[in-house]
Amino acid sequence: MTLLSVRDLRVGFGRPGHETEVVKGVDLDLAAGETLAIVGESGSGKSVTAMSINRLVDYSGGRILGGSILLDGTTDLATASEARMQSLRGGEIGMIFQEPMTSLNPVLRIGTQIGEIFAKRRGLSGRAVRQAAIRALERVRIPDAARRLDQAPHQMSGGMLQRIMIAMAFAGEPRLLIADEPTTALDVTIQAQILALLAEMKRETGMGLIFITHDIGLVAGIADRVVVMQGGRAVESGPADEVFDRPAHDYTRHLLSAVPHFRGGRSARVDAVRGKGAAAMLRVEDLGVRFSVGGGFLRQAKGYVHAVEGVSFDLVPGETLGIVGESGSGKSTTARAILDLVRPTAGRVEGAEGRAVQMVFQNPNASLNPRMDVRALLSEPVIAAGRRVDAAALDRMRMLLDKVDLPQDALARYPHEFSGGQRQRICIARALMPNPRVLVLDEAVSALDVSVQAKVLDLLIDLQRDFGLAYLFVSHDMAVVERIAHRIAVIYAGRIVEIGAARSVLSDPRHPYTRKLIAAVPSIERRHVDFALDTDEVPSTLRPGGWQAPPQSWQDHGPDHRVAVEPAA
Amino acid sequence: MRIAGALLRHSAGRIGLVIIGVLTVAAVLGLLGLTPHDPLAQDRLARLQPPGGSYFMGTDLFGRDILSRLMVGVGQSFTVAFLSVGIAATAGTVLGLTAAWFGGLWDGVAMRMMDVLLAFPAILLALLIVAILEAGMATSVLAIAVVYTPIFTRVARGPALSLKTRSFVDAARTFGSSRRYILTRHLLGNLVAPLTVQFTLALAWALLTEAALSFLGLGTQPPNPSLGLMLSDSRNLMEMAPWMLIFPAAVIMLAVLGFNLLGDALRDIADPRSRRALT
Repeated sequence: MTLLSVRDLRVGFGRPGHETEVVKGVDLDLAAGETLAIVGESGSGKSVTAMSINRLVDYSGGRILGGSILLDGTTDLATASEARMQSLRGGEIGMIFQEPMTSLNPVLRIGTQIGEIFAKRRGLSGRAVRQAAIRALERVRIPDAARRLDQAPHQMSGGMLQRIMIAMAFAGEPRLLIADEPTTALDVTIQAQILALLAEMKRETGMGLIFITHDIGLVAGIADRVVVMQGGRAVESGPADEVFDRPAHDYTRHLLSAVPHFRGGRSARVDAVRGKGAAAMLRVEDLGVRFSVGGGFLRQAKGYVHAVEGVSFDLVPGETLGIVGESGSGKSTTARAILDLVRPTAGRVEGAEGRAVQMVFQNPNASLNPRMDVRALLSEPVIAAGRRVDAAALDRMRMLLDKVDLPQDALARYPHEFSGGQRQRICIARALMPNPRVLVLDEAVSALDVSVQAKVLDLLIDLQRDFGLAYLFVSHDMAVVERIAHRIAVIYAGRIVEIGAARSVLSDPRHPYTRKLIAAVPSIERRHVDFALDTDEVPSTLRPGGWQAPPQSWQDHGPDHRVAVEPAA
Repeated sequence: MRIAGALLRHSAGRIGLVIIGVLTVAAVLGLLGLTPHDPLAQDRLARLQPPGGSYFMGTDLFGRDILSRLMVGVGQSFTVAFLSVGIAATAGTVLGLTAAWFGGLWDGVAMRMMDVLLAFPAILLALLIVAILEAGMATSVLAIAVVYTPIFTRVARGPALSLKTRSFVDAARTFGSSRRYILTRHLLGNLVAPLTVQFTLALAWALLTEAALSFLGLGTQPPNPSLGLMLSDSRNLMEMAPWMLIFPAAVIMLAVLGFNLLGDALRDIADPRSRRALT
């Protein structure tokens, strides 16, 4: 039975009569108990389509210009009154957003925020509200629910907050749930938890689910039907297997090929340079970074976060070491410590003297000063070295712009005149200005759209060959790392737990955490494999003062593959 | 030039620009001595003349030309305002930038000092400084500068704190850029817009404070003309010679209005989010 039927939906933004159409005639059908995935890149109109269904689009300056949105074949949501919409939202139509941290009120306790829904929707009061809230949290597998109710949002992890958001969406017993990129802000293992949870909740309640995402690989496992959107139109729609196995539209094929597919080490690079007599040019030994917590002026620190603990590796010219791990694992701190952006508290870094190591940051918008043109931006390393911006420096700028595929006239332009991918190319050119031997790439392609991401990765591989650069490639995305890394180090709670040749680590992971990380990677190939719902959290690295890390012991698996042996618990 | 163009397209900015433009021309002429009459020359035969004839704005109790005195007074007031706000902006920006950059003890000490200054009502603090030193133009400049420094410190420190954590500052550190380069190019460069807005608005307050000090006899000393002093002189003759009150008061009001309009327009122009609302 059709739960939702959208016909020729058109949505515009702007002054009445002068709207810019963002959604240009979209048809959707969703049956109860079904999952519909809407896939598209930024600007495709996928979110606006979803926000039109619960009419939240009215609040962001948009207007439905035409078409119908029939719920149960009777109520037309496109023309329903605001009062009617208010009773539907949070009731029959639930929604979860991308950022769980900003979707909850930071000053109210979790219990208050969930309780409000039960009080409003079900007319409960007093103890009954609390009981219902505890049951709701237990339903989304939050351990120790009663205690959690009295906590504030900042005391919980992102994954837990997103589960709370799901609990709140289910409190109204929705028959239709709209999830707008609900896992994009989360780590890959947490993402797998949320996907499994949504699938299970859907089975339990028989609701319809609309899942909006930019990542076509992500929805492969949970979608029954897929709609691919581009430029405000649905360019392809059909049963999931049909769309994935026999894409009919060029854009769908392009998306499927641009998304880096994780292939368990089979896509790893084969041009490895190690073992051909190359000597290490960067050597990191026993690196440690600690931050004191709770201390201050004349106050003793309460403890230390051991963000990085006993990390050792080396890099040879022309080689990429991928550092993978989840947020808070210490992978970025490791990268920053090598460049002395955070002061290491232990260990040694050899080979990072002068300007031999340069860095490219995650967000190209934030790493380019908006008030400087490209020429001034590329001059920065030259000026920093105490040299003049002379003809030789300008020649090098032009050469590098050419290498990163930017036009020569880019020199006189400002960052805002470029696209995200082009800006990241400027950052790469700037990092290459001082002629470094090692480039640290900290989530350097994570902020880019998938098709742009693929091109920047290819560029990086070309530059590596041309200049004999060594890369330290920090990323949370296993599929991206698989394409660029020769070797991989898996970092967990501040320590390397597995390191070795990319192919060996990805195809034959030995450490339980590496296995979990790889199992969580969404993949079109493995879409029919079900994963068990597991709600483990990463352990805290906050330790009391004077704590000493227990020494790690290592086991070899093959010529270049070492695994930390976990002490028996 | 882009800013001038944007100001002319902004309706409030256009009005502000015209008011301040006219007053500035008058001030410059006054300071250069190019006034219709000698502002200090007394003419016993032409005492308390109403506006008209060769005295466009009338004369005061000593037969001095109000228009000429106003021109010199505006010059005086603008000089004090620009000098004091200039000093306050420079000192405040340096304090705010270094407080944000170095943090820790320096940040604590600098910002608590600014908090203490802010806790005093501006005019009271200025009175205190004038009372310690000798009344006069230089003292007014110093007093007003001290009063407005904390405002610039805060305007600089807040954004500098967030700019400091932006990746382009980290990037500059990875090239080995000097601290001075990062502070001037990356931090100060991005503070120009908020500081300009603050500078313009502070000019209006400084003008008022200067007038108040002179009115109380603690600023410019007679016989030199100043806006506050002219208001003070007109107090007892308000009914007999209202022009003595009206013209200086109108000039003060116009100047404050002009600077405020300019400041608001600059704020609109500097903030891209409000740019759409203008058109």
